[in-house]
Amino acid sequence: MTTVSALLFSPFEAYGFMRTALVAVLALALANGPSGVLLLMRRMSLVGDVFSHAVMPGAALGFVIAGYSALALSAGGMLTGIAVAAFSEVTGRDRSIRDDVALAAFYLLSLSIGILLVSGQGSNADLMHVLFGTVLAVDIPTLVLISLLATISTLVLAALYRPLALESFDPEFLQAVGGGPRLYRMIFLAIIVLDLVAGFQAFGTLLAVGPMLLPAAAARHWARRVGPSMTLAVVLGIVAGYLGLLMSFFASLPSGPAIVLAAGALYLASALAARYRSRGRPEAGVIRRS
Amino acid sequence: METGAEGSIDETATDRSTGIVAYAARTWRAAWGRTQSGMALAGAALARRLDAGYAPNFAVAGRGPPNIALSDVTISYRSTVAVEGVTGSFPPRSMTAIVGPNGAGKSTLLKAIANILRPQSGTLSWGGAGLGDIAYLPQSDHIDRDFAISVIEFVSLGGWRGFGAFRPAQTILSEAAGMLVQVGLSNASLRPIANLSEGQFRRALFARMTLQRAQVLLLDEPFAAIDQPTTADLVRLVERWHHDGRTVIAVLHDLTLVRDHFPLTLLLARRVIAWGETVQILTTENLARAGLGASNYSRVPSA
Repeated sequence: MTTVSALLFSPFEAYGFMRTALVAVLALALANGPSGVLLLMRRMSLVGDVFSHAVMPGAALGFVIAGYSALALSAGGMLTGIAVAAFSEVTGRDRSIRDDVALAAFYLLSLSIGILLVSGQGSNADLMHVLFGTVLAVDIPTLVLISLLATISTLVLAALYRPLALESFDPEFLQAVGGGPRLYRMIFLAIIVLDLVAGFQAFGTLLAVGPMLLPAAAARHWARRVGPSMTLAVVLGIVAGYLGLLMSFFASLPSGPAIVLAAGALYLASALAARYRSRGRPEAGVIRRS
Repeated sequence: METGAEGSIDETATDRSTGIVAYAARTWRAAWGRTQSGMALAGAALARRLDAGYAPNFAVAGRGPPNIALSDVTISYRSTVAVEGVTGSFPPRSMTAIVGPNGAGKSTLLKAIANILRPQSGTLSWGGAGLGDIAYLPQSDHIDRDFAISVIEFVSLGGWRGFGAFRPAQTILSEAAGMLVQVGLSNASLRPIANLSEGQFRRALFARMTLQRAQVLLLDEPFAAIDQPTTADLVRLVERWHHDGRTVIAVLHDLTLVRDHFPLTLLLARRVIAWGETVQILTTENLARAGLGASNYSRVPSA
């Protein structure tokens, strides 16, 4: 019993940075679960990936101007993220799979610009921070910022859930009865950007989309309806964050990748379990769903 | 005297300084007030934008369906003229079938009436109808049927005007349940829409459309590729709309169905071939003029 508690709790009892990291991961899981599920249901996971890179040049710019400050990085990342959201909305191409070449080009472009900006000004350690995040280095002001962003995104999503959901499966009808599907699409992208900027502090540009997509994808294997999927995605996100932190603590692994790895393991386990469960029930559509 | 002068100098000094402070305070108050009212206005405008569909008293306004009038309407679609010089009107409470060969511009005309396409020339007036007055059922929708929503929730969305983006939508659920009974979907109400067959989904679409309480209902080939029992049920529903005094305009292929159920017909082949009472319009001669060889057309099955 004592060994179990030593394994599961002592790192958090002993070290303040572990506690802060745990709270940050909790806050992020709460925000990422619902928006991740909605993102998946809209088949926009690639778009989520692209936006996590759209955050990069702005964050790098913030770094160049103000050094490694959470606020500057967030503000910069927010700026380019929203700019790209607006641009993709104006060109009206955010969902089309045929445009994946443009998306991939954009993704590489913003990544390289970001890397050049950071490495021109800072050290390799800075670059690693921007790319992979530093969940264990999150201090209290950064934690407050992360929680604030996560809270805003969750509240907006909750308040606008009905039109956002309708827009994601029948925009023509929303246009006919309520008007403004473009407005809602913009708001949804802004929510995603907000989550990614919050997650960027902990997971970096390369991994920020992981804690958003993986728990949601895992949850979709267990729950059909949207509400339960979102709840489960939050729970799985929290579990992944907790396990990842433990893993990084005991095995001295970088914490961000460890958490994403834990989330990925949960996803794989869910996919396998769902496939096993649905054997002989082809209409359950495991593969089709994800 | 001197003290008085000094006093007055002091006074002006204090006056000036309090003047500046008061001025700053006044400016600040005005600016802050303006910012506040501006933010309140912007907030209200945003809320209105976000909740544009909320208009619960729309249907009770007491006016009947509008008169839809077209005058020399020409519509181009993808740089080819699809419909040319259409003049006429769909009177309130009328029930009209639009019939014509493939590529005759029937769907294009319907889209223009639904205010989705803009006529290139000519005028199209809706007699003051607004958002929510016209409901349109497209030939092929872009609904993502994998979205996890139950049939009853999906149908309830028809009542959007009553609850908008934010308000609770509980009251509509009983109404939606009643609609599901009417379209014969009552035992599927909790199933996800992904589980519905093509015919069942059509029934759900009709149920949702009924709940929209629109004065004008536009249907683009609503029974294409739909089984006979479903078609019969839905035609009954359309006739009930007509009976309730709404305007119905439907693009149809099945001439038997048109003859049996639609009092008015618009025969279209890019231009208006004939427009009026179905019995007088669907003559062999008119059909031939429209490019619909009656011999091979009237036998086209509806399913």
